[in-house]
Amino acid sequence: MTPRTEAQEARNTTRHHIGERRIEDALPGEASLQEPSPLVRPYGDTTGDGMVQLSFTLPLPHDKRAEGAALQLASKMGMSAPLLVHAKAIGPKFTFFVVYGPVTHLVDVRAVEVAEREFDLLSSKEVNTAVKKHLRRKLVVVGACIGTDAHTVGIDAILNIKGFAGEKGLEYYRELDVHNLGAQVLVPELVNTARELKADAVLVSQVVTQRDAHIHNTTAMSAAFREAFPAGKVPLLVVGGPRFEEGSAGALGVDRIFGRGTTPGEVASYLVHALVTPPTTQRKGA
Amino acid sequence: MPRRLELDPVTVRRARTLARRAGKPVVDLARAHTTVSVERATLRMAGLTGADHENVPWVNHLVDAVREQVGLEHGVTTPIWDALISGAAPDLLTLAQKASSGGVTFRLPEKAHRTRARRAARTAVGRGIRTIDKQRATRERLITRHGDPKQKPWIYLIVATGDIREDIPQAQEAAREGADIIAVIRSTGQSLLDFVPEGETHEGYAGTYATQENFRLMRAALDESSKELGRYIRLTNYASGLCMPEIATLAGLERLDMMLNDSMYGILFRDINPIRTFVDQRFSRQVHARAGIIINTGEDNYLTTADAVEAAHTVTVSQLLNEYFAKEAGLQDWQLGLGHAFEIDPSIPDSFRLELAHALLARQLFPEAPLKWMPPTKHMTGDVFRGHLLDGFFNLAGAMTGQGILLVGMMTEAVVTPWLSDRDLALQNVRYVLNAAGGLTEDFHPPRDGFIQTRARQVLDEAVALLDEIATGSGGADTAYPQPLLAAIADGTFGAMKRPPTKGKGLDGVARKADDYDNPAIDLLETVDPPRSAAGRRREEGATR
Repeated sequence: MTPRTEAQEARNTTRHHIGERRIEDALPGEASLQEPSPLVRPYGDTTGDGMVQLSFTLPLPHDKRAEGAALQLASKMGMSAPLLVHAKAIGPKFTFFVVYGPVTHLVDVRAVEVAEREFDLLSSKEVNTAVKKHLRRKLVVVGACIGTDAHTVGIDAILNIKGFAGEKGLEYYRELDVHNLGAQVLVPELVNTARELKADAVLVSQVVTQRDAHIHNTTAMSAAFREAFPAGKVPLLVVGGPRFEEGSAGALGVDRIFGRGTTPGEVASYLVHALVTPPTTQRKGA
Repeated sequence: MPRRLELDPVTVRRARTLARRAGKPVVDLARAHTTVSVERATLRMAGLTGADHENVPWVNHLVDAVREQVGLEHGVTTPIWDALISGAAPDLLTLAQKASSGGVTFRLPEKAHRTRARRAARTAVGRGIRTIDKQRATRERLITRHGDPKQKPWIYLIVATGDIREDIPQAQEAAREGADIIAVIRSTGQSLLDFVPEGETHEGYAGTYATQENFRLMRAALDESSKELGRYIRLTNYASGLCMPEIATLAGLERLDMMLNDSMYGILFRDINPIRTFVDQRFSRQVHARAGIIINTGEDNYLTTADAVEAAHTVTVSQLLNEYFAKEAGLQDWQLGLGHAFEIDPSIPDSFRLELAHALLARQLFPEAPLKWMPPTKHMTGDVFRGHLLDGFFNLAGAMTGQGILLVGMMTEAVVTPWLSDRDLALQNVRYVLNAAGGLTEDFHPPRDGFIQTRARQVLDEAVALLDEIATGSGGADTAYPQPLLAAIADGTFGAMKRPPTKGKGLDGVARKADDYDNPAIDLLETVDPPRSAAGRRREEGATR
């Protein structure tokens, strides 16, 4: 065992918390980096240094006072001895700052709640097999961007054959019958199309949003479906977009929310989970 | 800019011939129809403005009333001025108000009555066209006084707060920081409204409503900025959607300088009926031509839905079609801000070389057009640091290939609407690149038959093949719409979206013209040349090249 240098020893004794005392070359009985601690700080270049970078603009002309104000803000945000590395005037009334410094906060990963995926990830082949075997017809999917949102990137990434993140979109799945209605589809039109096509699932994307438009649009959409279909016959309602909160599906009246980075495979797997297996909990008579 | 790609002139000529062959039947179709928006635009030229207490514009009321009684197919101006002459109301506004409550009976006048009504309509509409001419002359005068931007490309920046009173200081600040062109993005819902909202507006989603009053306020603010900064700051808005002709008219009346105006964007990306779009597009472009407005086309959009390498040739095809439709409507080369974009997946090998090849191809195919170079959006991941670098490469490609208009990319693309600091950093990025490498156009000569030349030729060949397929296609031969281009659009040739001519929004606002159709605006736009100053003409012709 290599004896430690004085500096290493000093470092290890001056820090107060287990989150900082975890060391690379731990002796038996000491907290080691190899076993991750549940308590962590941001990492700059040394374990436990807590370093973060932050940029913001203040509505102040650039002068010493503005720089002091920037440091005050950084302190209030939990940075001890923040370092003002850049300050630049943006016009006569604003100043842009970049601040580096250590935060005093610790985060406890045990207290983090993550919505675990409630379904198994299936390959496209498994999805096709499941639909064919249990549903014994094609599963009908209708997708659209509703309301004012004209950004079809989200729905296209999930539905178009081209797909996203190396996965082919739902149109590629032989047993899925996909109808992409495109952008700015009106809710009544979506409801009618879903009815005409006997949709099993309706996928709605909301990418660009302002003043909570994504929430208003989604609740209006789910209400329209509940009104237009008898109870228990409403198609599976799925919304996707970067601004939805995980866990707000119930409040929005939809069955599932997908966030940023969702791949077509995940959506297809979920559709199978929700609509195809197990047959006893199937939502529709099929 | 000298020829850098050594494209085969025979292939280039063939590409244009095919574009004309594909476009001509659609122009004929457009000439044979009118739309509610064309008719409303004509009334706006005659000076009818304002809306009722529910914000329904009077032009909508009046066109609807005429349509109900005598139909759209004869043009609304003849029955309207006939009603005015026969004393139904003292002026156009009162007539619209009375008509909205069913208080006016319209008829199709004959013989002397008809001649009289048409003459009166022509006089009234002619006044609007004269205002557009005067605004064009004012622009020329202000450019002479304040000057054009000192550098190429011109720097194009977007503001989009939803509130015109917030937009104004942001736009003025952006101009101070170096923007040459300010685009006020519209509220995303607007393209599907079949009316133009009225007055000053303070609420919009991801943008601000295009209204005549908002146009006027912003133009006035930028006139102040032009004076302050010693260069003419241009203003851009969007003539797409269901009200293209009306918004184009308002842009001409309020001296906007550039307008987004694509021949197929509304069809593909807004699901607007193809016939409606082509009719509206032609009229709106005639107005832009008259007003001296530079149009910006929307080819960048194809690359956001399709792969930028595989679909590179669809951009070229669309540029060629846009060029054909634009010139047919009277626009000149200096007014064609044909669009293209930096959207190749940065993780593929040689992505930057491919971008250079595509950008140079557009530059060489349309040497006299300003060309609008659009920043990356599809591969902006939310990693703002990487995004900033990507924007730097986009700026470099723009500088090296001599693009005319550069839309400034934001590192927070796909994250938030741009913050003040985002815009400042983005402009620093542009300034650095133009300052450091703006002269590279002079040094940049891709070697003969090297990667870039070969790729550019390949894209052009693919474009010619696709145009050939479109122009000679017989997909719609047995339908009511035998135009091959319409069949191609219905088949999903562009942007992978299928748009049949019998579907889409706004179809009910289209009417086939009757033999006695009359529209003084179209007559004046097609037959009477605008008064032009020699200085203005010289400058425009050399302006944005």
